[in-house]
Amino acid sequence: MFSTYPGQVVVDHPVSVPIEHRFDPYVDNGGTLLSIAGDTFCVVAADTRQSEGYSINSRYVPKSVKLSDKTVISMGGCYADCLTLTKKIQQSMEWYHHAHGKTMSTAAVAQMLSIMLYQKRFFPFYSWCILGGLDEEGKGAVYTYDPVGSYERESCRCAGSASSLIQPFLDNQINFKNQETQKKNLTLEQVVRITKDSFTSATERDIYTGDYLEIFVITSKGVDVQRMDLKKD
Amino acid sequence: MDTLVSKYANSSSAASFDNEEHIGDSLTGWDAANQFAIPAFDIPMVGNPVDFLRAHTDASAENRIRIQHGTTTLAFKFQGGIVVAVDSRASGGSYIASQTVKKVIEINPYLLGTMAGGAADCQYWERELGRRCRLYELRNKERISVAAASKILSNMVYDYKGMGLSMGTMITGWDKTGPQLFYVDSDGTRMRGERFSVGSGSTFAYGVLDSGYDYNLSIPDALELGRRAIYHATHRDAYSGGSVNVFHVKQTGWEFKGNFDVGELHWEYQAQPKGPIV
Repeated sequence: MFSTYPGQVVVDHPVSVPIEHRFDPYVDNGGTLLSIAGDTFCVVAADTRQSEGYSINSRYVPKSVKLSDKTVISMGGCYADCLTLTKKIQQSMEWYHHAHGKTMSTAAVAQMLSIMLYQKRFFPFYSWCILGGLDEEGKGAVYTYDPVGSYERESCRCAGSASSLIQPFLDNQINFKNQETQKKNLTLEQVVRITKDSFTSATERDIYTGDYLEIFVITSKGVDVQRMDLKKD
Repeated sequence: MDTLVSKYANSSSAASFDNEEHIGDSLTGWDAANQFAIPAFDIPMVGNPVDFLRAHTDASAENRIRIQHGTTTLAFKFQGGIVVAVDSRASGGSYIASQTVKKVIEINPYLLGTMAGGAADCQYWERELGRRCRLYELRNKERISVAAASKILSNMVYDYKGMGLSMGTMITGWDKTGPQLFYVDSDGTRMRGERFSVGSGSTFAYGVLDSGYDYNLSIPDALELGRRAIYHATHRDAYSGGSVNVFHVKQTGWEFKGNFDVGELHWEYQAQPKGPIV
């Protein structure tokens, strides 16, 4: 059998605890994020609750990070993966700045993020990404991703644990889907109000959403951050 | 070709784009073609990486990675060139992830690719194909043929066969031999054809397409046939929907022919008188 040293007691019985042999590196830390593009602005918002199963790890862990005066990234899913990915983006943006003497445009960050996600095609980042910002013309831009890097520019998007609660509401209120009303451009105040309503409502029905809401407003003047209380139950 | 192979086989090219070693390269003449020649992918350090990916993308996985999937696409040759028509729905499981996906990928002004299967797989590899086609143009001072372009794509994805890529695409364009249409998928299949439909709604699209097809169709009639075939597929296939995007490939390159919301198309077709059954 196996070697022993003098005096060692060998307990010869099978281990009764089941051992998992699978490599399972992912955990869903919950949370909801959303971004809405306007004519001359972009709103990126996310709640700040971080959970694991039925327990809340923290009430304030921001999901959004300002990347430049024109770009904000928001990520949900496995927080460890999100942290790593955010750091990769920030590092590459810094190198780009040193190499080219200018800040990366929102469209360039968007394409880069797609490639970064796809480089992990066989070992994906467990993350939902939404990139919000202003494009080269100063118009609001929202880029959305799946975990392996397929991306698309849209006018609004909600991702994360309450995405299926909020997205239909946004389709109706932002894109005027299934409404007879003429489509119109919304003002920043209207968009912020819709954002706040989305999150207060989602907090009522989704256990992974709550605590605080952090709203990033991106305009030609830069990035402004607002915080708002959500229910903490 | 040998120089191409040796260029691509260069070991330094396998390094990922954010590798520190490449920072000083601008002094010695940095070559994007070389650095990006072979994409490098992270692989999980487990006994069987393929099983790992399958376990985490499977419907039964605890924390499932839902890869977006695309769905009905079609393309056919006719006397006026090629019509390409696609739907725009992406679903992750039973959730409709998007109704506005661009499933026609504009590789360059003369080449179009379509998207069915994994959205990211199609987007990434057709972008990579676009880059390689541009390099071909710069090196050979002429445009790449559709046959060669589609073969580059099929060879690229064949290297990853069995590793979980999912891609069913049609590569179309107009080269010096005329309009060309190829079907390429992630299993390594590559075939030339007259008429293809790919995706879960393809059977429905084929039904309409085959019954209305004629090589001598006029351009407006051919565009309408493509649009109608996709509409009927969205009507019967739950994984297809959103809107129909129509493209026309001509000698001067491709042209976008419009986006049509399926919700409005339904009433348009409903109002039309029905033709004879036989």
